Amino acid sequence: MKYKILFLICLAVTALTVTNSCNNSEALAEGSAMPDSVSYNFNIRPIFSDKCFKCHGPDASKREAHLRLDIADSAFAALKETKGAFALVAGKPDASELYKRVSSTDTSFMMPPPESHLSALTPFEIKLIKKWIEQGAKYEKHWAFTAPKKSAIPEVSDAKWPKNEIDFFVEDKLDQLSLKPNEEADKERLLKRVSFDLTGLPPTIKMTDKFLADNSANAYEKMVDLLLQTPQYGEKMALHWLDIARYADSYGYQDDNIRTQWPWRDWVIHAFNKNIPYDQFLTWQIAGDMLPNATKEEMLATGFFRNHKYTEEGGVIPEEYRVEYLIDKTKTYGKGIMGITIECAQCHDHKYDPFSQKDYYSMLAFFNNTKEAGFEGDVSTSKPAKTPLMTLNDSDIKRTLTFINKKDTGSLTVSVMGELDTVRKTYVLNRGRYDSPTEEVAPAAPKSILNFDTTKYPRNRLGLAMWTVDKNNPLTARVFVNQVWQEFFGRGLVKTTGDFGMQGELPTHPELLDWLAVDFMEHGWDIKRLVKQIVMSATYRQSDITSPEKLEVDGENKYLSRGPRNRLPAEFVRDMVLASSGLLVTTIGGPSVKPYQPPGLWESATSGRGVLATYKQDHGDSLYRRGMYTFIKLTVPPPVMTMFDASNRDQCEVKRSKTNTPLQALIMLNDPTVLEASRVLAQKLLMQQTQPAANITTAFRLIVCRHPTDKEIKILSDYYSDQLLKFQQKKLNAESTLAVGEYPLNQKVDTNQSAALMKVIEMIYNLEESITKT
Amino acid sequence: MQKEVFEHGLNLNRRKFLSRLSLGIGSVALGSLLIPDLFSGSPEDAIMSGLPHFAPKAKRIIYLFQNGAPSQLDLFDYKPKLQEMFGQDLPESIRMGQRLTGMTANQKKFPLAGTVFKFDQYGQSRAWISELLPHTASVVDDLCIIKTMFTEAINHDPALTFFQTGAQVGNRPSMGSWVSYGLGTENKNLPAFCVLLSKGKGNGQGVYSKLWSNGFLDSFYQGVQFSSGENPVLYLNNPDAINSTDRRNMLDKLAELNDENYKEFGDPEITAKVQQYELAYRMQTAVPEVTDLNKEPESIVKMYGPECLIPGTFAANCLLARKLSENGVRFVQLYHQGWDGHDNLPSQIKGQCMDADQASAALITDLKQRGMLDETLVIWGGEFGRTNYCQGTLTKDNYGRDHHPRCFSIWMAGGGVKPGVYGETDEFGYNIAKDPVHVHDFHATVLNLMGLDHEKLTYKHQGRRYRLTDVSGNVVKGIIA
Repeated sequence: MKYKILFLICLAVTALTVTNSCNNSEALAEGSAMPDSVSYNFNIRPIFSDKCFKCHGPDASKREAHLRLDIADSAFAALKETKGAFALVAGKPDASELYKRVSSTDTSFMMPPPESHLSALTPFEIKLIKKWIEQGAKYEKHWAFTAPKKSAIPEVSDAKWPKNEIDFFVEDKLDQLSLKPNEEADKERLLKRVSFDLTGLPPTIKMTDKFLADNSANAYEKMVDLLLQTPQYGEKMALHWLDIARYADSYGYQDDNIRTQWPWRDWVIHAFNKNIPYDQFLTWQIAGDMLPNATKEEMLATGFFRNHKYTEEGGVIPEEYRVEYLIDKTKTYGKGIMGITIECAQCHDHKYDPFSQKDYYSMLAFFNNTKEAGFEGDVSTSKPAKTPLMTLNDSDIKRTLTFINKKDTGSLTVSVMGELDTVRKTYVLNRGRYDSPTEEVAPAAPKSILNFDTTKYPRNRLGLAMWTVDKNNPLTARVFVNQVWQEFFGRGLVKTTGDFGMQGELPTHPELLDWLAVDFMEHGWDIKRLVKQIVMSATYRQSDITSPEKLEVDGENKYLSRGPRNRLPAEFVRDMVLASSGLLVTTIGGPSVKPYQPPGLWESATSGRGVLATYKQDHGDSLYRRGMYTFIKLTVPPPVMTMFDASNRDQCEVKRSKTNTPLQALIMLNDPTVLEASRVLAQKLLMQQTQPAANITTAFRLIVCRHPTDKEIKILSDYYSDQLLKFQQKKLNAESTLAVGEYPLNQKVDTNQSAALMKVIEMIYNLEESITKT
Repeated sequence: MQKEVFEHGLNLNRRKFLSRLSLGIGSVALGSLLIPDLFSGSPEDAIMSGLPHFAPKAKRIIYLFQNGAPSQLDLFDYKPKLQEMFGQDLPESIRMGQRLTGMTANQKKFPLAGTVFKFDQYGQSRAWISELLPHTASVVDDLCIIKTMFTEAINHDPALTFFQTGAQVGNRPSMGSWVSYGLGTENKNLPAFCVLLSKGKGNGQGVYSKLWSNGFLDSFYQGVQFSSGENPVLYLNNPDAINSTDRRNMLDKLAELNDENYKEFGDPEITAKVQQYELAYRMQTAVPEVTDLNKEPESIVKMYGPECLIPGTFAANCLLARKLSENGVRFVQLYHQGWDGHDNLPSQIKGQCMDADQASAALITDLKQRGMLDETLVIWGGEFGRTNYCQGTLTKDNYGRDHHPRCFSIWMAGGGVKPGVYGETDEFGYNIAKDPVHVHDFHATVLNLMGLDHEKLTYKHQGRRYRLTDVSGNVVKGIIA
């Protein structure tokens, strides 16, 4: 729905600029003016990539008419199939076959041809190409494949607004669009925003009061520092990484039995809390087992590459799945860490980006030397971890791996990476088929990103790790900085978080992205520092009030003229409900838990085999753990989570969709978790006092994280009186209203009052603002 | 009052958008495309506004997925040769070294197992149908039996995923998600894509909610699981103590509060949220009406069989599928487990057919007598077929069959399908002799019947335009009326 409206706005803006292309043309939809200087990277390549490279790009097998347009040398060469003609003649559009064809309406001559199903270029795009050719048709290397550089901090119209470097870049862009940034958000909304962003939890009333009372210049910074030091910071930051790492508690595929990768998950939380530098964080996960004298912690980190699905289906062909696992690892590395779509080169050369099929298998070769098997037996012999695995005993956990939340004694096993003593050969697989090996390849990373210099890096996973965190690698820092930005603003500076290639969107603020990436590396890949930099910026601290003008010029808020206003991620919706009601159990880590879930979901979709055939709901504290600890059975992921757009963890995911559906409304109205929290909070408040307006105010502050307005108090108080009367008159049944959830009922408070206040609190939980980061 | 003001504001905004649009694009056409379903979709609805691509033959789909893979050789593909050569080894000239699953790859012999069931010819097409499916045989003139389906996967999970999403792995959108993405919803109170699960008496292989996942499409397009029990949709029911009037009362106050916030912040998401609560409220009334099977007349119960009144059975789901379809649900996806006959196939399949035969045929008859069959496409079939040779020990009256992806039978009915028999397998029922239909071809054909060009129904994700049919697939013209 949000998108629909945004789309309309987007369409409206584009209509004004006399174009009708609204997908993916960042640089074109922006404003209406023809740029003075047409840039290949920003204006032309997006058009070529989308409309031409499919047949005239890097994929040699699909190339038509021997014409290749993604490389200048080939694009300027004489056409092989049309004597004396050239696709491009610098300065002369009318002599350039390319221009003649894209501007033609003759279906036998025009490009792209109708049978390609690619729509014709828009008049604006054609004009851009014309001007680019007139200006010399200069090619540039793809922006994301050149190393980022710090550019000078721009001058801005209002130098008082910026609080740090980020703001200069943002304001500069707003100046160009004649937009003014918003003032800082009010303290309560700001604290809610930063608290959810740094911990995934609402601020307590005590914190809010302290912040409201603190008039010192660095009051906000004090709050930020406080939040950054809580252990919940690690949980918050881990969540996104668990999506990338497709972390789950079962093996997936048909019988979908249990596994224990959660010690790896506990490590991720620990790593963020300990603020392990990102280069080290990656190195350990890619090749911790290959470091000299590898510690158990370094080995545990490699669980990252073992989180994907494993089949336990009887009768599979092991090699088919062993290859499938390599494909998953390669994809996760490409999408999650490099921000590239290298998986497209599994069956053929990449159609848009400079990755050949050989590049793909050279990359896959890094992962091809582990002791992993394609099949270790069916579900009847299933074990909680698969070879290679690591055993963690009690003394490990007591002495070094103290962050692992293991309660019982006995050993714990985790799937990790481990190399063979010999080298397993890797081949290009024809059409990506496991049983069609062709040319042999050696492990290497794509040259088009950064030459894999074998004098610097060994040809193994450790070499891949070194190459990844080499400061000359143009992608690693940019991609991560962008992901972190997305976590705070709901949208990356590059919108296509997982695709920095030719088909990805261009950055809205390229200089800012590069500045942040370089700054991040210069300061030791310090994640907490980056996070603090973002939340301290005036850009982040803006109020999210919008105006018709801002909605019209920038409906999607990609230029950041207002603060980010986004619905909470699925897990934090749950956390908000539990935290505000006081039910939340803040234990960190440990085996995943099984809270309330509608009956029959696992049972109706199971083969009946394995220990997860039936859902055995937990009791006591396990009912009130944070959302990130809810057990994820891959074939039937927790419904509330997926309905609120959580990743189903089937594959690496770098960005969640954002939807607004009636099913979400039904959850907030009827999920026992919400109802129980309403009851518990109502009774807790009534134990202290019975004055309705005061209780409503406290509940509102706990849930919405601000003081209610008089009008809000009035509406809620009226509702309370109305409900109380109905309960007293037995028009509504108080006992059955209160009979929800396993948390004991408090018999000391009045039943009718409890039920009436519970209904009011339910209503507050259902406010749009309650589950929104304001 | 507050609500009216609120609505008014929304209308104003809508008008404002329209007036802006009219600057560049013919406002009348676009307006009529966008405004009616302003509340039902996401941007792609509008981007895909040229849909359907051509006049559809079918408006809705009911897909009776037979999970586990029914044996085509015991149901539809009659091969007397296998009975003649009972117990003899499958000739290598036929097998041609094709890959086998790990379950029979190490078998020393591949003894041919002719069916123990009787076959007869029915209807105008004189289609061969096994004695196990008397009800199906009675509606044979409405069916198009495709004998030459083939797939690439030889194990359940990838094969099922391939059928449902067009890829063996990869978290791609389900068929139902693609169709609802392309065509939207036909009604305001029910989801466009509903899923129903049942389990037969035979060997079950499990289903997975990823099969009805939206993949990279918005989660708006994911299948919504329905049941005919007391809680037909997750979280639909109000708590016992709350009735519909209370709910209405609460929602009105809630809208009032949300409006306060909208006035201050102007985020259209706030109004959208209110609309979603309204839709949820309408679903609370509409869904129980549709899922209540107890009001069905005796004649209907008789047609589907008494099991149709037991929630969660295949028969109940077939009846529910008809009701959902009747109420404008675009895609109803059933999964019925239990067809995986690796051993004791003759006795297992008898039980499966008892569960599935009558209700499947009843659905066809029921749709037909309501005049709905013409525009409802019904599909019946599994993820692959079963081998002509025996898995395990072959005796005179008992055998098992392993997975066989190289040829198998499914049927389609209604919705623009030409009744009859399509395709031929060889006399061993091992390879295709004529007119192969790949899974991608099947998808292309189904989309075509819905008025969608499978090459044009695309979604751009990770730099690439994805299709249900990946990079291949041809419409099978021979099965279209």
